[in-house]
Amino acid sequence: MSPVIGTPTPSLDAVAKVTGRAMYAGDHNLPGQLHLRFLRSPHAFARIVGIDASAALALPGVCAVATGRDLPIPFGVLPVSQDETAMAVEVVRYVGEIVAAVAAETEALAQAAAELIRVDYELLDPCLDPRASLEIRAPKIHLRSKGETNLHKEAKLRFGDPEGKVARAYAFVSERFQFDAVTHAFTEPHATLAVWNGDDTLTVTTATQVPHYLHRALAKVLELDLHRIQVKKPALGGGFGGKSDPFPHEVIAAHLARLTRRPVKCVFSREEVFLSHHGRHPTELALSVGCDAEGRLEGLHADILIDGGAYGSFGVVTTYYNGVLLQGPYRIDDFGFRSRRVYTNKPQCGAMRGHGAVNPRFAMEVSLDQLAERIGLDPCDLRERNFLPENTLTVGQLRITSNGVRDCLRTVRERSGWDRRRGHLPFGRGLGVACGFFISGSALPIIWNRYPQTVVQAKLDFDGRVLILSGASDIGQGSDTMLAMVAAEVLGLPLSRIQVEAADTRLTPVDLGSYSSRVTFMAGNACKQAAEKLRDRVAAAVAKEKGIPAESLAFREGALHGASGQVVTWDEAVEMAMAGCGAFTESGCYISPKLGGDFKGAGAGLSPSYSFGAFISEVEVDPASGKVRVVKVWGAHDCGRALNPLAVRGQIEGSIHMGLGQALSERMVFDEGRILNPDFCGYQIPTALDTPEMDVALIESGDAEGPFGAKEAGEGPIHPVLPSIANAIHDAVGVRLRYLPMTPDKVLAAMREQEVGRG
Amino acid sequence: MIHLRLTVNGFPRECLAEPHETLLDVLRDRFGLVGTKKGCEQGSCGACTVHLDGVPVLSCLTPAARCQGQSVRTIEGVAEGEKLHPLQRQLVEKGAIQCGYCTPGMVMAALPFLDSHPHPSEGEIREALSGNLCRCTGYARIVEAVKAAAEEMHP
Repeated sequence: MSPVIGTPTPSLDAVAKVTGRAMYAGDHNLPGQLHLRFLRSPHAFARIVGIDASAALALPGVCAVATGRDLPIPFGVLPVSQDETAMAVEVVRYVGEIVAAVAAETEALAQAAAELIRVDYELLDPCLDPRASLEIRAPKIHLRSKGETNLHKEAKLRFGDPEGKVARAYAFVSERFQFDAVTHAFTEPHATLAVWNGDDTLTVTTATQVPHYLHRALAKVLELDLHRIQVKKPALGGGFGGKSDPFPHEVIAAHLARLTRRPVKCVFSREEVFLSHHGRHPTELALSVGCDAEGRLEGLHADILIDGGAYGSFGVVTTYYNGVLLQGPYRIDDFGFRSRRVYTNKPQCGAMRGHGAVNPRFAMEVSLDQLAERIGLDPCDLRERNFLPENTLTVGQLRITSNGVRDCLRTVRERSGWDRRRGHLPFGRGLGVACGFFISGSALPIIWNRYPQTVVQAKLDFDGRVLILSGASDIGQGSDTMLAMVAAEVLGLPLSRIQVEAADTRLTPVDLGSYSSRVTFMAGNACKQAAEKLRDRVAAAVAKEKGIPAESLAFREGALHGASGQVVTWDEAVEMAMAGCGAFTESGCYISPKLGGDFKGAGAGLSPSYSFGAFISEVEVDPASGKVRVVKVWGAHDCGRALNPLAVRGQIEGSIHMGLGQALSERMVFDEGRILNPDFCGYQIPTALDTPEMDVALIESGDAEGPFGAKEAGEGPIHPVLPSIANAIHDAVGVRLRYLPMTPDKVLAAMREQEVGRG
Repeated sequence: MIHLRLTVNGFPRECLAEPHETLLDVLRDRFGLVGTKKGCEQGSCGACTVHLDGVPVLSCLTPAARCQGQSVRTIEGVAEGEKLHPLQRQLVEKGAIQCGYCTPGMVMAALPFLDSHPHPSEGEIREALSGNLCRCTGYARIVEAVKAAAEEMHP
């Protein structure tokens, strides 16, 4: 039997998914269940003067109506941003905010009843533009927010003299960038089934990436003991950060299940998914970067304004990430940023794949390209001259350990034929390069406490199966499979001996969730530790019974092998280990090492490890229409070690797809706070025809602290994609675009402007 | 209510359905065949693709009443017991399945295409799947799996 780790392995649940047997949240039904529908605000900003639900309640088949006053306790994923309620209380702050909810015998009835609820609003002046939100005379969206404006969070860091260094640099670039709103657009709409059990406990089966934070939010808002709440994540149809907050509909479904003593089911329409949003923040960004004559970077400064929408979500983290994650993969000693998040009367923004770092990364990499051009240096060479080494600290004291960025760049440079082809392709065709850098799990937990960030248990019983219990949420990235592979590798067992029970807060120990690219690193390590403890316990028992030194026992091919050829089968070993005690469980955990400086803001961006990447894109630009076609993307990502190369490749290819979408076609269009394109016709994610050929290379730098050397691969690969496309467009037709998405009209306008400039 | 008689995955099924109900609703809510997914209810994501008398249709846009007497095949009717169809097996082995929510629709869109295109080019495969949105995979592995299935089915 070959080793499990490093072998391309299909997901454990792939057969269930390909045959239609996998059960997603919306596929669950229970006898007697009620259906939940919502009345949503038609106004961006208004005071609720009165709500009259009598007509709705009078409709036969309507069992309950809830409004904001029933659930007034605020919640939010971050302890510092508990600014949202399950339904609007007194004030609505965006078009689509839930004002009232109806539980009825059928979905159609619930919908009809919701439409019968009368709400009297007193309209307020909405604040829709982030710049306007910074003004003192702006109407306050949250009365209790600090200061006189709608500023939600300001983050600043400054090391050395960034402005001075840029101003005095041999060459510098100082440009403004703008990014439209994009959203996760996962294929499975949100869905929840809440059950109030006979023993006064609550079970919520829901499409979530963060069962643990939902568990806590439900306890808080429903004023229910933590031990009475079970959150279960079934098969999940994509998240990308869009299911990583506790959501109002989950709280409302639970409330109405408790109230009616009946199961309550809620499935969003696609429009509601767009209204709920929590996607990437629209961003305005000014970035200045300078270098010396040899291309060594001498100063970097960024001023960032992000449009948070009506509520906090992960926004405080996003605000910091927009700045701090510019500290890599290049060494810059004079570095500073100011990043501000404002509230506006639009659906809230939150975490989305590549959280906080995608837009500033675009600005940085496009600016570096321009800087290279200005000093007549190859853009790859410029990057190469500035890479951080391994085992170093960035200026803000982020600890860099394994670092394969040089290998990444060398790989894509060779594979794409960069040196031979760039600058020599016909007009309309071009190559562009960009690099990336991302956290491999946040070193600090969101909620400060003394618990580990994850615990994994490995349970052994008489049947010889090893059951892995983990709170980690498989959202399609394959974390269940990763856990099974780690345990199988440690125990020398075939994968079929390992089974995974995950993401059920009643059964499985706490894992904080699938966000910040933390699962492989943290849950993988915890699983490895649990399996090792189990292995050692089995080895000790076999050693005692057989008189073989425990250290000499090798676990492989489903058996234990002694140094002098003795073989004990797994089943024999299991019986020896369990003699007199029966089934047992071993536990492993992960706690991040203490990291970082002692200045304010030092905790932002801390991670036990960082991923790196370099991508090159080749594009074809039609000079007549401005349409950009990405022909091929070469991507090299340093994932430490690819535990499951099939899954890692999938993450990189998926990142290319998502990056391509934000680069070229995706944007949420708002008019007076109303989303004009809340569907897949208007919001265009790339189809099979739009997605290019992909050449993916896995760079294995072998992280000393990662499980078997692994670090993240789910988010880091998106960062280089967008700027590599922009830089390729410049190589193709000579224009630099600093506005995403780079739709044909923008490309064409830039080309016309350039022609006029040339006169 | 309409008395609806269908053949579903080879067996006769009947139910009472409201005139406005879609084929998707009938399959999922009346017959419990939840393998067919609801992604957009607007015919733009392809997750709800099933076969109606052998022809792929978007079941979210298909009034159930219009299917009276017709034969429907869903994802549940593709594998023979535990034996996966070559396309399904290739999708599994090639790593073409991440979250899996688009997968049933992809399979149902690709099957008739494979029948009519025994030796498809990559471009033809991409064209055939362009009405089925996937947000996880970047399509590469799906296209590869369809190609491998074609080679296996039509050597």
